[in-house]
Amino acid sequence: MASHPSRAKTWYGHGLPYLAKKRLPGHLIAIEGTDGVGRSAQIELLRPWLELEGYAVSNTGWTRSPLLSETINEAKAGHRLTVTTFSLLYAADFADRLEHEILPALQAGFIVIADRYMYTAFARNSVMGADPKWTREVFGMALVPDLVLYLDIDVESLIPRVIMGKGMDYWESGMHLALGIDLFDSFERYQGRLIDEYRRLSGEFGFISVDARLPIEELQGELRKHIAEYLSGANGKSHPDSADNGPSARKE
Amino acid sequence: MICVEGIDGSGKSTQLLLLERWLRSRGYPVHFTEWNSSRLVRRSMQRGKKKNLLTPTTFSLLHAVDFADRLTYQILPPLKAGMIVLADRYVYTAFARDVARGVHPEWVRAVYSPALRPDLTLYFRVPIDISLERLLSGRAKLKYHEAGMDVGLSTDPVESFRMFQSRVLEIYDQLTLEFGMRPIDATAEIPNQQRLIRTMVQEILRNYDRNRANGKNGVTSQSR
Repeated sequence: MASHPSRAKTWYGHGLPYLAKKRLPGHLIAIEGTDGVGRSAQIELLRPWLELEGYAVSNTGWTRSPLLSETINEAKAGHRLTVTTFSLLYAADFADRLEHEILPALQAGFIVIADRYMYTAFARNSVMGADPKWTREVFGMALVPDLVLYLDIDVESLIPRVIMGKGMDYWESGMHLALGIDLFDSFERYQGRLIDEYRRLSGEFGFISVDARLPIEELQGELRKHIAEYLSGANGKSHPDSADNGPSARKE
Repeated sequence: MICVEGIDGSGKSTQLLLLERWLRSRGYPVHFTEWNSSRLVRRSMQRGKKKNLLTPTTFSLLHAVDFADRLTYQILPPLKAGMIVLADRYVYTAFARDVARGVHPEWVRAVYSPALRPDLTLYFRVPIDISLERLLSGRAKLKYHEAGMDVGLSTDPVESFRMFQSRVLEIYDQLTLEFGMRPIDATAEIPNQQRLIRTMVQEILRNYDRNRANGKNGVTSQSR
């Protein structure tokens, strides 16, 4: 995927059949990585850089949809959710942001930086024991990102970072799965499994993996390098307004 | 597991109520559950409808959350306990309405694949004009989503209802074949419909053991 950047957008599954096939000249860049790995800090640094380069940038983040965010927070505060309802709530949040934030911005030619994308659902659902085939079918309405940057870290390096950061939290420690005798124990196992899963997905979906143990500035440099590479490839291949061989074919 | 399907104003809820009365009077343990009734997504649903934030996909997914929640708390436990579950609308409502709104038929089937197959699904067939007449005589105004106003077929609610629900009807007819729903003529006299339904229900309850403590051999999901 990275070696052949192209402007053609594809849908992961059936897509959104009722939407007119509008051109999506923008770029969708997903930043993936487990909890506490430093995604948000990196995204905050990417934005001003891209804007200086002349790109308009739009951000979107997991569970931040106006339609679902309250419901998801409330649901997490209670004890009512199953793997299935959990997954569907995330899918609804995702669809809401896809249709109201991501697609309009792409249509307007923005770079959309997504803090987490469907792969987060794939990783979490898989660890929680949902049928992976079902999860993927549900996310069949998703647009495939042009570039997925994966912030890779091992559990041992992640732990001190999280403890010195905002601390270990119930959900991020997988306490809902009752994996260990205490928070630490559970965190280690849950995040270990998540990371294994992310790494598997990375191979399957062609993420570009960057070493998240690097100091912030260095990591930022790495991300910028990959994004610049992608953008120059994408811009070289087909100019937004030219009707060249640019594969406008979007998979239905 | 017995469920009723059909467009608004087809009289399915009335018939289900009469069936419930009859089953209870005969001593059957019955549990009733209704489409879009769980607390879990009520707030999002209200917010989405009021502010017109829903797209066909989020509309579909919110109903799927509601369904999955009721499957966990309202449907599976009573079935496993050997009770009879009566459902006012089931997954076929999503297969018909959401597809009429434009989502992909295979996608919505996949979303609802955790559902189990009912033992009996009654489909109340009614012409659009009769359902409209019933709805308009009962309450003065058609509801926004019920009339499919969100789809943008017409700005006139009655006309929009007619167009949108016609699409839904057409899909329901196809689903009848695909899933073996039992069609009921919803224009027939109420007691006549009920008599027919009770005969069908009696048929599927022939081997039902009402003294059974748990659902090892009775109402199974596999028996169609």
